[in-house]
Amino acid sequence: MTPGILSLAPAPTPLEAFGTEPIWLVLLKTVGVFGYLFVMVLFGVVFERKVVGYMQNRIGPNRVGPWGILQSLADGLKLAFKEDILPAMVDKPVYILAPIMTAVPAFVAFSVIPLGPEVSIFGHRTPLQLTDLPVGVLIVFACSSLAVYGIVLAGWASNSTYPLLGGLRSAAQMISYEIAMGLSIVAVFLYAGSMSTSQIVAAQSGSWYFWPLSVSFVIYCIAVVGETNRAPFDLPEAESELVAGYFTEYSSSLKFAMYMLSEYVAVVTVSGLAATLFLGGWHAPWPLSMWAGANEGWWPLLWFTGKIVVGMFFFTWLRGTLPRIRYDQFMRLGWRWLIPTNLAWILLVATVRTMRNENVDLRRMLLVIGIPIVVVLLIQILRPQRPPRPVAVEEIDEEEFPSFPTPPMDLVVPASPRLAMATAPEGKARDA
Amino acid sequence: MTGQLLAAAGDMSTGESTVFVVLGIAAVVGAVGMVLARNAVHSALFLVLTMLSLGVFYFVQQAPFLGVVQIIVYTGAIMILFLFVLMLIGRDSVDSMVETLPGQRTAAVVLGLAFAGLVGATVYRGVRDITPRGIPDVNNSVPVIAAALFHDYVFAFELTSALLITAAVGAMVLAHVERPAGTRQTQRDLARARFRGGRPQPLPGPGVFATSNSIGTPALLPDGTVARESISRLVEPNLAVVAARAELTSGGAGHDTGERSGVGDES
Repeated sequence: MTPGILSLAPAPTPLEAFGTEPIWLVLLKTVGVFGYLFVMVLFGVVFERKVVGYMQNRIGPNRVGPWGILQSLADGLKLAFKEDILPAMVDKPVYILAPIMTAVPAFVAFSVIPLGPEVSIFGHRTPLQLTDLPVGVLIVFACSSLAVYGIVLAGWASNSTYPLLGGLRSAAQMISYEIAMGLSIVAVFLYAGSMSTSQIVAAQSGSWYFWPLSVSFVIYCIAVVGETNRAPFDLPEAESELVAGYFTEYSSSLKFAMYMLSEYVAVVTVSGLAATLFLGGWHAPWPLSMWAGANEGWWPLLWFTGKIVVGMFFFTWLRGTLPRIRYDQFMRLGWRWLIPTNLAWILLVATVRTMRNENVDLRRMLLVIGIPIVVVLLIQILRPQRPPRPVAVEEIDEEEFPSFPTPPMDLVVPASPRLAMATAPEGKARDA
Repeated sequence: MTGQLLAAAGDMSTGESTVFVVLGIAAVVGAVGMVLARNAVHSALFLVLTMLSLGVFYFVQQAPFLGVVQIIVYTGAIMILFLFVLMLIGRDSVDSMVETLPGQRTAAVVLGLAFAGLVGATVYRGVRDITPRGIPDVNNSVPVIAAALFHDYVFAFELTSALLITAAVGAMVLAHVERPAGTRQTQRDLARARFRGGRPQPLPGPGVFATSNSIGTPALLPDGTVARESISRLVEPNLAVVAARAELTSGGAGHDTGERSGVGDES
């Protein structure tokens, strides 16, 4: 084997900080990660409803607790105490197993996300991360590929039409978008020279990867929306087409809560992974990073949580802005745009990295990369163009087919109720 | 065989041997269950259990990359595609258990046990005197695998990928439907045809009454007659409910029988 091919980046250092902690510390960290995820989900549900509410000119939940912040807790308690309905015709073992198979991997995936640097817990120096492996990022992938089972099996075990369609859609969707997501991370591996999350974060102590690897970052952001079944790619649970999709028959109780929980945990996990891979992990953002103590102790946990909240806001923003797209358009986007773009981009990044490692000077590098690009562009330009398809313009007989009734062009739109509410005295704005 | 292998590997840690015993049992249960399960989807799920156990075995043997690849590729992608096809056969269908070859089951058990004994004995004899070497550099296994795949065995690797691409193209050719250029109906064409077809609105849903909410129960129009479009041509209409309902509302038996024959013709 030739060392020149293999050493794309500096050799990774061993992860000696993990796997040597005392057992009580591991248990403490496990409970800590679980609690962190739970609080983030409780926060995330209210946060999303509030943000979407403001985007749609309403207030959002405001009944339970101050400003309605305990709404998700109340909903969760309600779901836990509701009657557990088991439909008569379902495949009982698989029906019960399916929500568990979605919820467990969702939590496991977060165990490799680094929340902070080394901190002191009861006198022990230990990294703020449950565990790490030489292939840490791939653990998240393995977990998300296992989470598909819960969705697919829920669709099948429900013995009902809409869940089956939702499950089939979901299987195809998650496999397709996992490829795009996986390819977008390859460039990060090439840059960081490691697949372990803690080392990728350590490699970003200077500059974050979202700028040099901007193409990967954009593709990752699109792909994870499809991977987590969130709007505008929430086709497996499209309520206008499939009632509730794969969990239509999970009408109440803790099993539905598990699907809800794992969806939001998945959102937290992919936001955390985006922060880890592209946004510097727990490193402080620019103005804060001038303060010397910003990257020490427990402060990074705050920066990291802030980055996750930004990711969750992004998801909510998409949901509040974009309409759901059609399934074939969605698949075309994944297979014909995201994956080919990604492959070309990885080729480019790998070429540049290899040349840098072999100390090729800049002029030669530009020549080697530029000539193929110019050739491809020339072929594109000089290729004989196919004549455009003639568009048939039909004469429509207005008598026979009157046009669809539309509002008049000079319609006067009434003023926004928000305006009236803003000027009214406080206390009048009562309900959402 | 498990006990012998355990005894052979004397320097295993307690944790490793515990994991091996627990997951070894799980893997064997999955394998046996996969063969014995009557339902195809249950069978696939047992196979998933075996594959997951194998993935964890790789982790325990300090090959985390292989373990993760086993889970992502085999469990996550290939088995999901299997399941995708199996799901389409529906939950209620069970394989026919009628034996067409007499004595097949006995022969299969005998030959299967013989094969397992043969393989077990061969493996046992083969690995009895081997001392485990371990993996030299655990944290650097990915570059080693990459060098083997893309450098030492690059020709075999490319041949395999060519074979896979040929298979994929072949499947696409087999499933391809030849259509003259420009005849594909777009969403716009379909919408236009629908609005000119005399019925732009959706078809009525099936009837939901206090006594039935089946898709086989046709909806009733305001005058009590059956709305034919409300049930699929593929579903046998459940006319008893409609008859009872019509009797309650109009009390006319003759009207009811007329509708029954009308819908019956369609099914």
